[in-house]
Amino acid sequence: MKDTAPNPMLDVRDLHAFYGKSHVLRGVNLSVGRGEVAALLGRNGVGRSTTAKAIMGEVAPQGEVWFHGHNIAGQPSHRIAHLGLGYVPENRDIFPMMTVRQNLLLGLKDVNTPGRWQIEDMLEMFPNLKSRADTAAGVLSGGEKQMLTICRTLMGDPDLIIIDEPTEGLAPKIVTQVGALIAQIAQAGVSILLVEQKLSIALKIAQRVYVMGHGEIVYTGTPDDFRGREDIRREWLEV
Amino acid sequence: METIAFALLNGLIYGLLLFMLSSGLTLIFSMMGVLNFAHASFYMLGAYFAFTLGNFTGFWVALFLAPILVGLAGAAVERWGLRPVHANGHVAELLFTFGLAYVIEEIVKITWGKVAVPYQVPSALDFPLFELFGSQYPAYRIFMLLISILMLVGLWYLLKRTRIGLIIQAALTHPHMVSHLGHNVPRIFMLVFAAGCALAGLAGVIGGNYLVTEPSMAFAIGPIVFVVVVVGGMGSLEGAFIASLLIGFLQTFAISIDANFADFFGWLGLQATSEVGRITIASLAPMLPFLLLVLMLMLRPRGLMGEREF
Repeated sequence: MKDTAPNPMLDVRDLHAFYGKSHVLRGVNLSVGRGEVAALLGRNGVGRSTTAKAIMGEVAPQGEVWFHGHNIAGQPSHRIAHLGLGYVPENRDIFPMMTVRQNLLLGLKDVNTPGRWQIEDMLEMFPNLKSRADTAAGVLSGGEKQMLTICRTLMGDPDLIIIDEPTEGLAPKIVTQVGALIAQIAQAGVSILLVEQKLSIALKIAQRVYVMGHGEIVYTGTPDDFRGREDIRREWLEV
Repeated sequence: METIAFALLNGLIYGLLLFMLSSGLTLIFSMMGVLNFAHASFYMLGAYFAFTLGNFTGFWVALFLAPILVGLAGAAVERWGLRPVHANGHVAELLFTFGLAYVIEEIVKITWGKVAVPYQVPSALDFPLFELFGSQYPAYRIFMLLISILMLVGLWYLLKRTRIGLIIQAALTHPHMVSHLGHNVPRIFMLVFAAGCALAGLAGVIGGNYLVTEPSMAFAIGPIVFVVVVVGGMGSLEGAFIASLLIGFLQTFAISIDANFADFFGWLGLQATSEVGRITIASLAPMLPFLLLVLMLMLRPRGLMGEREF
């Protein structure tokens, strides 16, 4: 497999980032093609979430981040969102005092130009959220909050969505549900960059696998190729 | 009975006027994380703008135009003043607003003079509306009450029932997430600052002619508005509303109570000493809000309904 996707929608080139004096990202190169699901794997602390944050401008990036032909490195977050890049951060940042429906409503960038996803369709897809549509989002379970955060970002009709650690801290049954949701989004044609630690979910839905170590990409391949690479797994993923 | 009825009505009007100032201040407080010392200066600008505009357009046009002008001044201050200062942290912001309050006061003195200007209640409203226990009640006070209630309902509707209101509320607590959803948070903050200033300006328009329009009016009411925000709780509009009314009633009741300490000592069956006994309850009225502030910070630092401590 080539190291970059052909005609990539998102193309990250030589991305560096710092926390104070500590050099966290040391030249990350990765890309995600149209309609492609790419998984970004790695141990804790290797810079996976920082990569997502640097792409989204939450951590000051150095290098190039091309999306839909624009270099978005360091651009304001709302402008990046308007170009069609959605972001689901790892902390499930719901608005706790607002209802599930209001949370979804805030995902819409413009009420006059509705996208592919409507609030009612979203609620139909997830009966858990439907029965709590008018409940304050703060009382939802961890899994429901995760579903809501992903659905809220979908309301903005992104072409590519970066999902950071969606299954962290969730019970196995809920992990399966979140995995199914992500597969459903991919089927709808939305490109995904999935930052994950759980191989089972990532290998099931991704077409491209990136492994990170010490702030850079140390492996790129297909899930099939990756399954055969015991050495990569041992060196960069197993604890 | 008569005293209580008048104190209730006056306390309500004063409390709602305080809410007009504190609602904007508490929203700006949630946004910046520090108190805007210059907030009451925008109240003063509202009164002066209405006075000057009123000379050309009459009171009714000025009632609409002056708050809009104050809002525009607020937007300019946020965009070209506070936003660059924000990058340097809270202390810089606080000092910026502190300096701004003095700058505005000096500009007002240079433009309109050091003494009060004759900003008067419009003649159409300068009559007694009804009689209560033999005393006449001015129509203008009821007008102030109506404007305050309209503003209250308008603000509640905007924040709770419209999408922009939801976006504002979310941006105050989760600015990064709101930005990732595609909403322009710096612009939302500018709108909040401008709207808060416009509300303060409106309070100046309707309060300036009833009270007095002079360069010291901002520093007279500013500290009371801070008390309201702290007592109500950081960022809580409901808290600011309750605290505004509480302080409105507290001050008007204290002024209307015709008693002194000697009476209290008398009720307790003690001898009043001459010095302490002569202090009247009314003379304590200006101290009460600040006493409440001190007690609140000691006993309940997050205020009546705030979500975080100061």
